[in-house]
Amino acid sequence: MLTIIDTGIANVGSIKYKLFNHGIESQIATSGSEIKEATKIILPGVGHFKEGMKRLKQNNIIDILVDKVKNEKVPIFAICLGMQLLTMKSEEGNCKGLGLIDAETVKFNFSNNSLKIPHVGWNKLHFKNESDIFKNINPESPYYFTHSYYVKCNNKKDILSSTTYGHEFVSVVNRENIYGTQFHPEKSHRKGFQILINFVKNF
Amino acid sequence: MSSFRIIPTLLLKKGGLVKGQSFANHKYVGDPINAVRIFNAKEVDELFFFDIESTLNGEHIDLDVVSKLANECYMPFAVGGGINSIDLISRLIELGVEKVVINSYAISEPDFIKEAAETFGSQAIVVCIDYKSDKNGLKKVFLNSSTKETDYDALKFAKLCSEMGAGELVLNSIEKDGMQNGFDIDFIKKVSDLVSVPVIGGCGAGNLSHFKSLKLSTNASAGTGGSFFVFHGPLNAVLISYPKKSEINNL
Repeated sequence: MLTIIDTGIANVGSIKYKLFNHGIESQIATSGSEIKEATKIILPGVGHFKEGMKRLKQNNIIDILVDKVKNEKVPIFAICLGMQLLTMKSEEGNCKGLGLIDAETVKFNFSNNSLKIPHVGWNKLHFKNESDIFKNINPESPYYFTHSYYVKCNNKKDILSSTTYGHEFVSVVNRENIYGTQFHPEKSHRKGFQILINFVKNF
Repeated sequence: MSSFRIIPTLLLKKGGLVKGQSFANHKYVGDPINAVRIFNAKEVDELFFFDIESTLNGEHIDLDVVSKLANECYMPFAVGGGINSIDLISRLIELGVEKVVINSYAISEPDFIKEAAETFGSQAIVVCIDYKSDKNGLKKVFLNSSTKETDYDALKFAKLCSEMGAGELVLNSIEKDGMQNGFDIDFIKKVSDLVSVPVIGGCGAGNLSHFKSLKLSTNASAGTGGSFFVFHGPLNAVLISYPKKSEINNL
């Protein structure tokens, strides 16, 4: 069963509803035991990194999630903070992450005031590696970003796309069965939602 | 680089959409779900929903209404109206809200902005500042849907909010609300030059050139409005509209 992890600070309800409208059944899991049967996982996220990790820990999700993804190779799609949680660590709250991709999460830092933080708004993807996750999407489409921190990959081949805000940062990450988007596909119009559909249908 | 955003602000009262002038004389303009469907088709940048009665009545925005909006919105959206607890923000985000807009409570409890930003991240916390000039011409912050004047200087309060961790600031000139004669450019420029977070110009939009001067004359990242998106023609007939992508890109 496709399982959406609810950390308590993630927009699970509307994702489940929209998937259902596309004929895709899913369940919401709030604890580790509820993800044992997951065949595919979505990890949405809005919030502070440290708070996100704290809630995953409180609900005994971390060990089971890492085992499912690392050993069982269950496909996972992580959104926004969810993608950042996949990394080794974050500067936000100076906190350790799930360590599923060889990357770290760092803060935007611009010396002048012309580039505002957080980065909020619609921005495009520069494609770095091919993937079926981009099937049937218009390469020119913009996606909705809202974040103060970004993911820095140590391995270039893990980067499917980058986006520019002051400098390039990773906007879509992929390592084996693990996918993450810094933007919100569920809030990037129907064209953006296609990326989530691709994950569910192709992996 | 992210593009300049144009954001319709939709006001909710008893589950219906309304629009007024200078925060008063609200007129029913339609059903919110229907409006969202139209805005989906028009691929609007973002939507704001404010419940204009909840704070006055000591309540908060209706969660059933938010849930229905979240299910329909294929664009990011923010909600405001009586937001005053971490638990309430958790519930709203869980329903599918990207960010919440804090207004009156940010003024009475500025520390709440910090607590909320540390729980949900700055990007989820928007502070909306409603302001009006006092008799000495100083811009003062107002609260409770503009019914109550505070001692806060609007510029200083904007700075305080960004230091407390607000991720975006909406600047609403009460005098400009519903007038459709342009944004309060001078003040929006002042704030957007001062703070490091994105600033959204509010109140006064009547045509696309108003958004153009907001974009070109200030450091604002977005502009929002109400009347411009829901009224049409000299008699203010209700018609939901949104500029074409090509028009926005040419601003």
